Amino acid sequence: MPKDELKGGFRLIGTRPNRPDGLDKVTGRARYGADIVAANMLHAAVVRSPHAHARIKKIDASRALALEGVKAVVTRADFPTGLTGEDWNLQENTIAGDTALYDGHAVAAVAATSALVAQDAARLIEVEYEILPHVTDVDAAMAPDAPVIRAGYADHSVPEGMHPNVVRYIDFGHGDTEAGFAAADLIREHTYKTEATHQGYIEPHACLGQLGADGRGEMWVCTQGHWYIRRMCAAVLGIDAANLRVTPSEIGGGFGGKTTIFMEPLALALSRKAGGRPVKLVMSRAEVLRATGPTASASMDVKIGMKKDGTITAAAVNFRMQGGAFIGMSPVTEALQCAFACYDIPALMHEGYEVLANRPKAAAYRAPGAPMAAFAVESLLDEMCRELALDPLRVRLKNAAKEGTKSSYGPSYNRIGFVETLEAALAHPNLAAPLGPNQGRGVASAFWFNHGGETSVSLAIGEDGTVQVSVGTPDIGGSRASIALMVAERIGIEYDAVRVNVVETGALGVNEPTHGSRATFASGKAAVEAAEQAIAEMCRRAAAEWGIDAEAVEWVDGAACPAGPNAGKFPPMTIAEIGAKMGGTGGPISGHHESVPGGVGASFGTHVVDVEVDPATGKTTVLRYLVVQDAGRAIHPAYVEGQYQGGAAQGIGWALNEEYVYGADGRLQNPVFLDYRIPVASDLPMIDTVIVEVPNPGHPYGVRGVGETGIAPPLPAIANAVAAATGARLRSLPISPPKLLAAMKHK
Amino acid sequence: MTKIHVTTTVNGETAEFLTDPRETLLDVLRNQLGLTGSKEGCGTGDCGACSVLVDGVLVSSCLVLGVEAQGKTIETIEGMADPKGDLHPLQRKFIEHAALQCGFCTPGVLVAAKALLAQNPDPTETEIRYWLAGNLCRCTGYDKIVRAVQDAAAEMRGAA
Amino acid sequence: MRYHAVESFEDAVRIAASSRGTTRFLAGGTDVLVQLRAGLVQPDDLIDLKKINGVKDITRRADGGWDIGAAVSGAELGAHAALCRDWPGVVEGMRLVGSTQVQGRATLTGNLCNGSPAADSVPGLVAAGATATLIGPEGTRTIPVAEIPKGPGRTNLKPGEVIKAIHLPPCGANAGDAYLRFIPRTEMDIAVVGCAVSLRLDGDRVSEARVALGAVAPTVMLVPEAGAALVGSTLDDAALDALVTAARAACRPISDKRGTVEFRIEVAGVLARRAALIAYARAKGETA
Repeated sequence: MPKDELKGGFRLIGTRPNRPDGLDKVTGRARYGADIVAANMLHAAVVRSPHAHARIKKIDASRALALEGVKAVVTRADFPTGLTGEDWNLQENTIAGDTALYDGHAVAAVAATSALVAQDAARLIEVEYEILPHVTDVDAAMAPDAPVIRAGYADHSVPEGMHPNVVRYIDFGHGDTEAGFAAADLIREHTYKTEATHQGYIEPHACLGQLGADGRGEMWVCTQGHWYIRRMCAAVLGIDAANLRVTPSEIGGGFGGKTTIFMEPLALALSRKAGGRPVKLVMSRAEVLRATGPTASASMDVKIGMKKDGTITAAAVNFRMQGGAFIGMSPVTEALQCAFACYDIPALMHEGYEVLANRPKAAAYRAPGAPMAAFAVESLLDEMCRELALDPLRVRLKNAAKEGTKSSYGPSYNRIGFVETLEAALAHPNLAAPLGPNQGRGVASAFWFNHGGETSVSLAIGEDGTVQVSVGTPDIGGSRASIALMVAERIGIEYDAVRVNVVETGALGVNEPTHGSRATFASGKAAVEAAEQAIAEMCRRAAAEWGIDAEAVEWVDGAACPAGPNAGKFPPMTIAEIGAKMGGTGGPISGHHESVPGGVGASFGTHVVDVEVDPATGKTTVLRYLVVQDAGRAIHPAYVEGQYQGGAAQGIGWALNEEYVYGADGRLQNPVFLDYRIPVASDLPMIDTVIVEVPNPGHPYGVRGVGETGIAPPLPAIANAVAAATGARLRSLPISPPKLLAAMKHK
Repeated sequence: MTKIHVTTTVNGETAEFLTDPRETLLDVLRNQLGLTGSKEGCGTGDCGACSVLVDGVLVSSCLVLGVEAQGKTIETIEGMADPKGDLHPLQRKFIEHAALQCGFCTPGVLVAAKALLAQNPDPTETEIRYWLAGNLCRCTGYDKIVRAVQDAAAEMRGAA
Repeated sequence: MRYHAVESFEDAVRIAASSRGTTRFLAGGTDVLVQLRAGLVQPDDLIDLKKINGVKDITRRADGGWDIGAAVSGAELGAHAALCRDWPGVVEGMRLVGSTQVQGRATLTGNLCNGSPAADSVPGLVAAGATATLIGPEGTRTIPVAEIPKGPGRTNLKPGEVIKAIHLPPCGANAGDAYLRFIPRTEMDIAVVGCAVSLRLDGDRVSEARVALGAVAPTVMLVPEAGAALVGSTLDDAALDALVTAARAACRPISDKRGTVEFRIEVAGVLARRAALIAYARAKGETA
């Protein structure tokens, strides 16, 4: 791909055509996880621990098995032993062994001829528990008197003398922080806390699994990544990956939470035990909130040194995060790496601890770790700007990372667009909007790495010259459309002549999920590479027919053409003509691309929010919201805006209302949408967006991932706006009215 | 468990089914009538993904029993386009405005928005937001949904 | 579970009396179905009241008061212009329950019988001096709505008793009422605090006032001291301050996932002041 393509002048890229799956999704035809049925199907229900921490003394399923219509019950005894590492973690979370580790931990599952019978049967399974002491707060879990969740799991990195619940320690940095702080005019240091939140996808987890006595099976499942489902289910059940064919349904939101397994092996184990009958398992909302992917909760110390002109001389952080009762789940590493990634700071020190607590196994949630880190760092930065009477955007500009900056987490940046987001924010009319009484403005920035990941794409030319593209990344927010735009652009055909299909595990090599903001970047890049292969082959076919060298043929606007006057005089041979006769010219024409694509482009964002706080109740209303983010290049701008707006809405929810509330008994108090309060339509204003385009040199069309960065800035931006409106600085989220009102009284 | 025989009208067609009295209208629509366009996001009336019209009234079908459908007229997302398949203006505008990402909440939002426009052909942004407050969307931040409803309303008024 | 679609309250009461297990009545269903789904209740007999003649009626009595049938939904209440003119506070309380979708089904009687101290429709009814007609195995009786809540999830209805209708007194001249609640979002939440004020004016002066609070005690409660603080005043600052003090003094809240004791007490005063001002303006005919 010639790099001058990065400059633009595109026929299709940057337009906003209708998405190919739009019709199915507005008519109710699109099939999601729970929408499929199979002949002879059974329905499953799961028995879950009501205790945060309890030894399972006995499970008696005899009454359930006696119920008419009940076909199988599984417990941990039906799963293989001897797993290690993350495979063991996955199995342990799928179904508890001798100990239930959190409220909602699966203990047994039952399959029956109807969902109602399965639910009745689940209530008849008697589990005898010995309740153990529990801990759910991250700081409490590190305290000397905390109950031990798992002894002996701490790795060698953990300093001696720490509580066994501390399982990992990490530190890194650069420069001389002592000298850096000594050079500062102002040093400030504070502690920040964020509560766990849930991805909150509206579609509960659902699957239909079938597994025979021969170890061969199939699964239909809502997931961000069906090869992950295949690998994880195979490991947990002790079957061969190739013998499990996994087909992704349409997916009703994931945000990272559907990149792993939760209950899928239960459906397969039940099927195997019920003579291979297909088993459908659909979670309730309460099960989703109690037992699937929340993010970590965090406790964070930040220290920053700044000169009077706003130059940051040094910074240090110490983060503590719990990701549930399972090792390796807290995104503390990513949080540390993101903490100062926006800035060029001469001296930095990062330290972090991963801690176990009696909570569900955390899953990825949109830029895992970045929102917490941004809340802590960007809040303190804002406070210091206020103290020094400096403009917070200009201070960010002064310290901004640029191309060539050695990042806070190690590598030097390629071409990045952070400065451009700050400049666009400074120029935006929202920044000049007048503010009334009890109103305040807050700004904040954030970073996300983005990800390449294992990618396999196949592309085939049809007999009529249309093109099918097979990708392995489920389409959550319009990636079929953006991939079709890129392929159509490259081949030189109409957008509608390209059909992008998300295909099952049997159809392609391994693909990582739609995660890390990678679908449009990685599957898109691979699809363009596959198109190049097909184009090369089409040029060879034309060359053979014309009797000239393949090198003498070039591809222009959807047709093979002689390259220059010396190649001979032939009329262009269109893709439709080549497709129509390919059976006689050498057979099917296709292209494939398998890689772990490099050239991932980081995405930076800057948000500006205006809020109004009711001084009598502490209720915060978001008046105005602006997202500015570098997309590299917006392939389908409407869906880029959609990512910005959706990320901002989730961040606003995290800042103001969303939280996991555990009672003294360790039970989740709010496992319903009534009390797990995600933003509703009337809570939000229109969300203004500015798409900055600093093309990523690592992608043929300059694409950067855009999905994740947008969730991080709202947490600090809202805290900063609330501080501006009220004078009260909230260093823990959410900024709920009771908390804010109390802070306003005591400021 | 004795099942009850119910005769009802769904999207203009007579439908009959046998239902356990514990089953909701949503269960019946999805599992017995094959109308899986209505979704279950919560089962507690908090998300709106199961929105349908019963005798013209917007309800959460997870909060209606299947037996209550006896003699009623029910409209679901599957009946929103005309019988030839021409989309309702709301459906068209949702595609054009990219007002859906994952699409899971979309059927419920569309059914609810249609009920709004039936009684208020020219709603303000605030009226749209409050009417749809019971339709949770986690992907879009609602911005493009509001715009699509406004644009569809304008077209339906002949103002576009 | 047996489902009974009854055609009279007498049948409903008879079936309830003969049931040997758990009975639930279905008016709107928005609470009962959630409880069913969560497995909190597994009724043996579910008695659907919606097919009884008259349960969907809103009727103005000869005295100018109103009778509201047991199955009238929030949406139907809100669509009744004359009722909204007379009792805007009662209607706005009910209209705050749940989403548009829930409004298509939820009822005043259901909201009342659910027994929640945070029920949004109940403070307005209590402040209005509403009554309810109950029918049960021992016959029919009419009692003040204020006497129905007993504690969280509990009512003073006798076993097998069901509400037939709710009655609002005539609103009379120069009267206004209002209900406000505090929730952290704009919609879809359970009230952290609720407050209804119903008052009547004689010229610019308040001649009668009733104040009811929700979610600050085990039941919705009438606060006579708060009403008394307004009587005789023109809603001047001193009267409003006295109202706030009296409202806060009456609170006996708990701290839970939705709010703290301190917050609830504080906000009860804030809402009382604001609701009184709205009710006063309505009584003066200044606002809807």
